Amino acid sequence: MKKTFVYVAFSVALLAAACGGNNQSASKDNTAASDEKKASENPSYDPKRGEGKFTHVDVAATLDPKMADEGEKVYQLKCSSCHKTTDEKLVGPGWKAVTSRHTAEWIMNFVTNTDEMLNKDPKAQAQLEICLVRMPNQNLSDDDARHVYEFMRKNDGVK
Amino acid sequence: MITTTKQLLAISSAALLLSASACKPKNAATAVSSDAASKAYVAPGKYDEFYNFVSGGFSGQLSVYGLPSGRLLRVIPVFSVDPEKGWGYSEETKPMLNTTHGNVPWDDLHHVELSQTNGEIDGRWVFVNANNTPRVARVDLKTFRTAEIIELPNSAGNHSSPFITENTEYVIAGTRFSVPPDDVNGDVPINTYKKNFKGYISFIGVDKTSGKMDIAFQIECPAINFDLSHTGKGPSSGWFFFSCYNTEQANTLLEVNASQRDKDFIMAVNWKKAEEYLKAGKGKKIPAKYVHNTYDDKTHSSISEMKNEVTVLSAKDLKDICYFIPCPKSPHGCDVDPTGEYIVGSGKLAALIPVFSFSKIQSAIAGKQFDGEYDGIPVIKYDAALYGEVQKPGLGPLHTEFDGKGNAITSMFVSSELVKWNIKDLKVIDRVPTYYSVGHLCIPGGDTKKPNAKYVIAYNKITKDRYLPTGPELAQSAQLYDITGDKMQLILDYPTIGEPHYAQAVSADLIKGNSVKFFKIEENANPYATKGEGNTKVVREGNKVHIYMTCIRSHFTPDNIEGIKVGDEVYFHVTNLEQDWDIPHGFAIKGANNAELLIMPGETQTLKWVAEKSGIWPFYCTDFCSALHQEMQGYLRVSPVGSNVPLTYSTGKNLPPADSTK
Repeated sequence: MKKTFVYVAFSVALLAAACGGNNQSASKDNTAASDEKKASENPSYDPKRGEGKFTHVDVAATLDPKMADEGEKVYQLKCSSCHKTTDEKLVGPGWKAVTSRHTAEWIMNFVTNTDEMLNKDPKAQAQLEICLVRMPNQNLSDDDARHVYEFMRKNDGVK
Repeated sequence: MITTTKQLLAISSAALLLSASACKPKNAATAVSSDAASKAYVAPGKYDEFYNFVSGGFSGQLSVYGLPSGRLLRVIPVFSVDPEKGWGYSEETKPMLNTTHGNVPWDDLHHVELSQTNGEIDGRWVFVNANNTPRVARVDLKTFRTAEIIELPNSAGNHSSPFITENTEYVIAGTRFSVPPDDVNGDVPINTYKKNFKGYISFIGVDKTSGKMDIAFQIECPAINFDLSHTGKGPSSGWFFFSCYNTEQANTLLEVNASQRDKDFIMAVNWKKAEEYLKAGKGKKIPAKYVHNTYDDKTHSSISEMKNEVTVLSAKDLKDICYFIPCPKSPHGCDVDPTGEYIVGSGKLAALIPVFSFSKIQSAIAGKQFDGEYDGIPVIKYDAALYGEVQKPGLGPLHTEFDGKGNAITSMFVSSELVKWNIKDLKVIDRVPTYYSVGHLCIPGGDTKKPNAKYVIAYNKITKDRYLPTGPELAQSAQLYDITGDKMQLILDYPTIGEPHYAQAVSADLIKGNSVKFFKIEENANPYATKGEGNTKVVREGNKVHIYMTCIRSHFTPDNIEGIKVGDEVYFHVTNLEQDWDIPHGFAIKGANNAELLIMPGETQTLKWVAEKSGIWPFYCTDFCSALHQEMQGYLRVSPVGSNVPLTYSTGKNLPPADSTK
């Protein structure tokens, strides 16, 4: 009698677990699918902007040298281990011409919202297939991100 | 001898179980009901509801479990070296295990107390004791790391420790062994115990904001053994209660000689009064050496300071600080209920549990209802302090925790059971077997004003036949019981590290949100930190070589180092440049007589390594960090003394191209 109870309890638990599991993975698949849709078809996802808090960044025609200097400090501390300022790939791609490959918004979203972008953004995913090391989220502040972008501009010859 | 005793206990408890009445289950299987599994089940990927901080006993460490699953989440190294985390091996953590006796690599951690505000757990720190070489440590619950360790002078066998006051004003530590004080010549015949030995209890002040500890004062008491203690609360705020045994003042064969008297004592201490005396200058400063070790999360390193003096108040001279209350017989646990009115003394050799009333104790003191003095301390008449006795609760009562609904649960070591009884009418309500010989028990918040009484956990001394055998030493074990219903219900066995003594549990909500995810590299103030790969360098100072190294997924910089000579002391100062959660890097070099490093994101840790002979010495990352973790490695070249190989270092260059055939 008792054994039956145990069996029933277990099978109920198994059933419940199985249902829960299915639901979860199903919903995850749905999300992933809808994201892909977003990325490729949904006009609300802007692959030029990426995913993150930056929707519009004001960039002047000329360089802000102070910002670029701040950006270089962040680069030395948090980025230089993996990125060269030339076009040579180290762990990640070299930074030469990066400002012509991506918009300011895309770069700043990528460096502050790294994991989500790596999961969603087609360009980021293409780069991951080449490098095979997920870029670490180095926890840049919003200002850090802007400064690094300015340093990239300087590196790309903006005066 | 110990084994024999344990076996005897096991046999006797088994016999008791067998001979007990039919209401007891015949075997373990029938004690578990069908819904037990679902009650302890936490689905993969889901968090547990409680953190359970469990003493690691003779392992010297503190373990952290999730409840109700019983999953081991972390072992926090405290009083013993821990190769897994480099604790006591890295240059930065070595000072933490320093004592006045030098480095003590292994101690015995018994008791655990979470910090409180207004008598409720506040989730900031957890305090633990080193029993052998007397110390108290504070673990920071933002980092789950030992932040501070303070040594206790005039003490030996720091057992009645660490217990805290309602607002964590003090951590209290009573000595188990009475010994001659540190400032006198202790070279005396052992049988002059009564004349030359003293018992000290320490009040360690805790800074409200930083948690920093400092010994505020000690109280010199008669030479007896202090066992356990607990704070008063509510009406008994400002008082502390200690269980005392060996009031026979025996110095040999305590098993027999310290079990002579019918009653020993609960000592009630009016610590508010002690504070007044301290302010009034009644304390005496005496020389006493003890160390104070602190770990700093900004410098990622620790320092060990020597202290030279402690202030002592005499219980004998200042008559109204301490009072003895007779308590049958060799009391162990000393527990105060959530209202603060009832003090439970668990006489481990008594066939009853006495419950004392704080208000009666106060009237007795006011009315001088004393039975004379013991070594200069007033002894309150038993009946004048007693609220009542729980009759025939079981055999060998040890510890009591409270459910906040008017009930107490007491662990019974000899009869291997938990016994629930009502505090008001002192009647036993329920009993449930433990497997076997339960020592401590824990209800989340069970010694505070606000217990969260969903579970009680039994920490057992003997586990024979509960787990697959593992040779002579068996798994240590805890058992989880659901106490939300009328009957306590066993729902889970889970193994623990070391031998578990006290433990505490708290709702995870109070702690989980405060967890530090990584250390900010910008705030790293370690003098050997390398902030950015551009700053890596190798510096020779005589025969010491400092390597300022960085690591990030997945390489070290520098990873080729030449110019090290045989006999050089090489210091690898490794900074982890990562700024992401759960990305530590490891560092190991062949032949290290020391250990390895585990470096958290944003942290700098140092491994000392002596170059023993010339050759190539590989090093690598020991913590799987990325798809290219197996590529995270480097070489160090050691040359003979007097060789002219220059000091060079690099990453990503192959200089000089010496293996070129051109």
